[in-house]
Amino acid sequence: MDFKKAPLLVAAVILFTNSLQAQTKHRAKTPVRHTAVHLKASIAAGQKVFAQYCVSCHQVDGLGVPHMNPPLAKTTYVLGDKTKLIKIVLNGFNEDVEINGETYSNSMASHDFLKDQEIADVLTYVRNSFGNKAPAITPAQVKTVRANNKK
Amino acid sequence: MKNRKLLSLLLPMAAITGFILFSACKSNEPSNNNNDTTATTTPTTDGGAGLKLPAGFNAAVIADKLGGTREIAVTPQGDIYVKLSRPKNGKGILFLHQEGDKATVKTGFGTFGGTGVYVKNGYLYASSDEEVFRFKLNAQNEVINPAQPEKIVTGLLSRREHEAKAITLDNDGNLYVNIGAYSNACQVEDRKKGSPGQKGCPILDSAGGIWQFKADKLNQHYGDGVRYATGLRNVVGFDWNQQNNQLFVMQHGRDQLHDLFPQYFDTKQSAILPAECMYAIKKGDNAGWPYMYYDQEQHKKLLMPEYGGDGKKEGGQDAIDPVVAFPGHLAPNGLLFYTGSQFPEKYKNGAFIAFHGSWNRAPEPQAGYFVVFQPFKDGKPAGQWEVFADGFAGTAAQTASGRAEHRPCGLAQGPDGSLYVTDDNQGTIYKISYKK
Repeated sequence: MDFKKAPLLVAAVILFTNSLQAQTKHRAKTPVRHTAVHLKASIAAGQKVFAQYCVSCHQVDGLGVPHMNPPLAKTTYVLGDKTKLIKIVLNGFNEDVEINGETYSNSMASHDFLKDQEIADVLTYVRNSFGNKAPAITPAQVKTVRANNKK
Repeated sequence: MKNRKLLSLLLPMAAITGFILFSACKSNEPSNNNNDTTATTTPTTDGGAGLKLPAGFNAAVIADKLGGTREIAVTPQGDIYVKLSRPKNGKGILFLHQEGDKATVKTGFGTFGGTGVYVKNGYLYASSDEEVFRFKLNAQNEVINPAQPEKIVTGLLSRREHEAKAITLDNDGNLYVNIGAYSNACQVEDRKKGSPGQKGCPILDSAGGIWQFKADKLNQHYGDGVRYATGLRNVVGFDWNQQNNQLFVMQHGRDQLHDLFPQYFDTKQSAILPAECMYAIKKGDNAGWPYMYYDQEQHKKLLMPEYGGDGKKEGGQDAIDPVVAFPGHLAPNGLLFYTGSQFPEKYKNGAFIAFHGSWNRAPEPQAGYFVVFQPFKDGKPAGQWEVFADGFAGTAAQTASGRAEHRPCGLAQGPDGSLYVTDDNQGTIYKISYKK
């Protein structure tokens, strides 16, 4: 048994119990609760998308790889303009980028094959992980950017 | 309602119990990563400088915080030239003088960043990501005119992926330059899931191989060179074997088998495949990229999935076989044939390989960040490789997360037979010596 996982388990229990309770209270139709539940669900779904398509380059801790793959923690690329961020996923990213004095040169492939919902979820996950805290991205926002996307 | 509350308590409890049982079973399974532990011996002796080394060896940090120290050359006088990935204060090459176990920066020169540096026949050769230069040396092997290098090769492709131009020389006046493929697997769209491999991969015309140029001819372009070997995705560590007068290279194998082909490769397989291969090169050889990769567990050349492979179908019938296959993604950045007499006899003419360490194993633990020794006999690998110097990364957790403190990159042999290792993460130079 890996005891390092114990805190994770405890956290999982709390989250799970909370989510059940939240579901119960959801019937009271408190708008704030509704958003919070929604955000949680989107983050959870986004984590799965991240594990399949992003983790090998950006790493489990979201800190990337020196010189190659940029970090996702506390950068304006992630926390700033939503349209720019959505476009990175849709079009990929093929420029050298400097973040906190370090340059990163690996190309990122276009991930336009992901559904609007998947892109919204993974970006919401990234914007609320690795020490980040930023508003969610919705499938509707992704849809709009995709429709107006000029490569 | 009561039942629901009870359920909300019981369910997670059941989940935990299940998870504990699952984890316990899992940890009893034999490791999948057999190839990671094929090393015959693991050094456990504290060799100094935070490194673990075989008994009798010791290490010293002779310089640190130099910048992105890539390849290194040590002159017969014991002075050091080291190449920086990016110029620091406008200087891309540092010249250090050693006294005892300390090396002090005497000068810096060369305005370009890059990887390669090599001393041969009265010249210092150094590469940027597009060009190769040389500087004339005096009798003490000091650069005579640091501001005016001669341009030997120019106009090489550098497209932000595998851009490092590693260099080495033979004994017949030839310069060898690695021109890495600006691609992972020659897909129509690099690294995009579902994008197929390009037929007749056009990258191979101008990259994905080793080019041979004249070591003393100025301003050579592609047309002046010879594509000495092809089908090599990216090579950083390579060296001329003096025993059989042959080029040996270490290839960086492809990334992202699981990301791109989850139907054929799980994350564990993707972490250790494909092999990082050592090839013995003859002029005109083809090592098979991007059409095949080498699976070190099946001991087979397999068809690349971008070209119809599935992790089982064989491929690369026209490609040479590797002479050694190391586990995947360890990133061999330095190769050095040891010709000194200071180390014990078994090391003579064998190969040291500096593994920069992986990144493409996530979410599995990262690995590498060590210097390996591969024994050779009569110019051919003979016997099992072993980890020679370990501990560069720091703790086991730092290795697993990839947040390594130091990352081995360049190797050089000193006039007294000591081994020099650079770290391009913190700009450290290690000197490893043997005392009976």
